[in-house]
Amino acid sequence: MITIILICIGVLFNIFGCVGLIRLPDVYNRLQAATKCVTLGCCSILLGVVFHYGLSDAGFKALFAIPILFFSATVAAHALIRGAYHFGTKLGEKSVKDDYKEVVK
Amino acid sequence: MRYIAVFILALIFWLLITFRFTVPNLIAGSLAALICSAIFARYYFHNVYKFLQPHRYLWFCVYLFFFGWACIKANFDVAYRVLHPRMPIKPGIVRVKTTLRSEFAKTLLANSITMTPGTITVDVIGDDFYVHWIYVESEDPEVYTKMITGKFEKYIKRFAE
Repeated sequence: MITIILICIGVLFNIFGCVGLIRLPDVYNRLQAATKCVTLGCCSILLGVVFHYGLSDAGFKALFAIPILFFSATVAAHALIRGAYHFGTKLGEKSVKDDYKEVVK
Repeated sequence: MRYIAVFILALIFWLLITFRFTVPNLIAGSLAALICSAIFARYYFHNVYKFLQPHRYLWFCVYLFFFGWACIKANFDVAYRVLHPRMPIKPGIVRVKTTLRSEFAKTLLANSITMTPGTITVDVIGDDFYVHWIYVESEDPEVYTKMITGKFEKYIKRFAE
């Protein structure tokens, strides 16, 4: 039962992430939705797998995938957003502030 | 000393990931851990003795709970902004200063910022973090520095510095 609930929550958050990917205006905001929702969605699904298999080898592997997923997702988001900025992508029209401009010449 | 620490960590990680405690697997894991420590150990753990101080582990656990809570909050925050018909966003890149010194602590703080509500670290230059914020709530540097880094900084300082 708890497995199904966790996996449903995970899928729901993954869907929110995808909706954000389509609805938000520019690459920076889209990355926000993509990293946060999709990371927690996947973690929730993995936790569901842990509860399903208990403390067997598949369960342990799923448990250890969670911290790896966290680190790789944050590093990937940082690399993508920095790469987009250095490539010259403009911030969206709604943006109010840009402190990074002075540093990147 | 540093090489031994990385070797032990890599070996433990290998055993947990493969989850087979046989002799051939142990030998393969030792070889992999040896290669890893030979290549990467020079970048990590400038002071190995920090591993032997128990209060750091305690603060690490406190930080983990706090971090998990911030993550869940971040998700509901993003879900709300995405599903709201008018999309209440006001994005911008702000500069925040940190008081952390070591590279390891800065990395952790940058990762924590990325996972918290509405913020992604764009770049780290010296002590300055450039953070993309989906809803810039305040124009005052002191206020937003406190909002973005304040809560994590004090925990990370206790276990990673």
